[in-house]
Amino acid sequence: MSNQHVVVVFPHPDDESFGASGTISKFRAEGIPVTYLCGTLGEMGRNMGNPVFANRETLSSFRKKELTEAAKQLDINVELLGYRDKTLEFEPKEEMADYLRQKIDTLQASLVITHYPGYAVHPDHDALGAAVVAAVEKIDEASRPEIWMHAISNQHEDDLGKADISFDIAPYWEQKLAAIQAHLSQADGMMNLIESHDKKNEQTERLKTERFYKWTFS
Amino acid sequence: MKAIEQSVVQEKINQLANQAVYVHLETTNGAYASHFDEKAYNVGAFIRNAQVTYQHGKIVSTGGSYRVGLKLDLGWVYAEGVTDFEIDDQGRLLLAGHDREGRLMVALEISETPFSHEAELHE
Repeated sequence: MSNQHVVVVFPHPDDESFGASGTISKFRAEGIPVTYLCGTLGEMGRNMGNPVFANRETLSSFRKKELTEAAKQLDINVELLGYRDKTLEFEPKEEMADYLRQKIDTLQASLVITHYPGYAVHPDHDALGAAVVAAVEKIDEASRPEIWMHAISNQHEDDLGKADISFDIAPYWEQKLAAIQAHLSQADGMMNLIESHDKKNEQTERLKTERFYKWTFS
Repeated sequence: MKAIEQSVVQEKINQLANQAVYVHLETTNGAYASHFDEKAYNVGAFIRNAQVTYQHGKIVSTGGSYRVGLKLDLGWVYAEGVTDFEIDDQGRLLLAGHDREGRLMVALEISETPFSHEAELHE
C-alpha cells in the first residue's frame, strides 16, 4: 500500500472531476497519494460561466484557480504539463511520450489513469491517452505501472466490450459533486449539456459509476 | 465582457488600423457536438497571433448581434454573431458572441502585441 501512487493524466481541468473523481476519492480514502498531470488549462473552452464571467484571454486564469479548488476538494496534487488546449493531437507524439515518461518515472507511479485513445471523443483526450501508452511502453516491463483507461464515446462498448473495472462511487458522490462544482466556468455548461440531451439517464448514470479498461501491452 | 457599444468598438477598430496588429479569430460548436447529438457536425476554426495590417474595419449591426470586417491589402478578416466586447487592461479589443447559455460561439480579438500562451505565463 505504502509504495502506491496513482497518477491521473487528462488534458483539461475538470476531466479529473467528471471522469475519475469518485475513483480518486476511493484511493485517497485508502491513503494512496494521487497526482493529477493536467495537460492544458482548458483555455479554448466554450463555457465562459453562466452568466458569462470569463473571456477568451482570462479563461485560463479562471480554470487554473478552479483546478486548484477541485484539487483541494479531492485532496490531490496537481502538476501542469503546459500544453495548449485543442492542440495536443498536433504535437509530436514521441516528444510528449518522453516528457510524460519522465513525469511518471519521477512520481514512481504504480497506476496511471488516462483516456482510452480512439474512444474518448475529444481529440485532446485521444492524443494524450495515446501519448501515455507510448510513455509507459518505454518503461522497463518490471517497473511499468498499470494503465486504466476511461472510454466515453457512445459506441465504445460495441468495440471494447464491458469495462474491466467498475466502481459504484456512491460513497464518494459528495466529493465528486464538490469537485465538479469547483469548476465554476465549466460545471453549469457541462451539467446542462448532460441534462438536456436525449441520453440523460445514461450520462448521469455514467457519472455515478466509473468504469475503466485495463491496457495490456502486446 | 459587456454588450457591444457600437461607437466605442468602431473607434477602437479605427485606432488599430494601418499598423501591424495580432489577430485571434475563432469559431466553434464545441468538441462534443456530435457526441451529444449524432446528427450534428463538429466544426470550428481558430487562428491565433496572425499578424496583419488592415486598411480599415467596420462593425455592422444586424439587430441582436454584429458583424465585423477588416479590409487587408490582399484580403479580409471577418466575424459574425458578435455580441459582447471588452477593451482590456492591455488595450486589446476583445469581441465575442455567446449563445443563451453563455457558451462562446465566435471570437475576434485584435492586439498591438502578440497574444500570450497563458499556460506559460502562469508557470
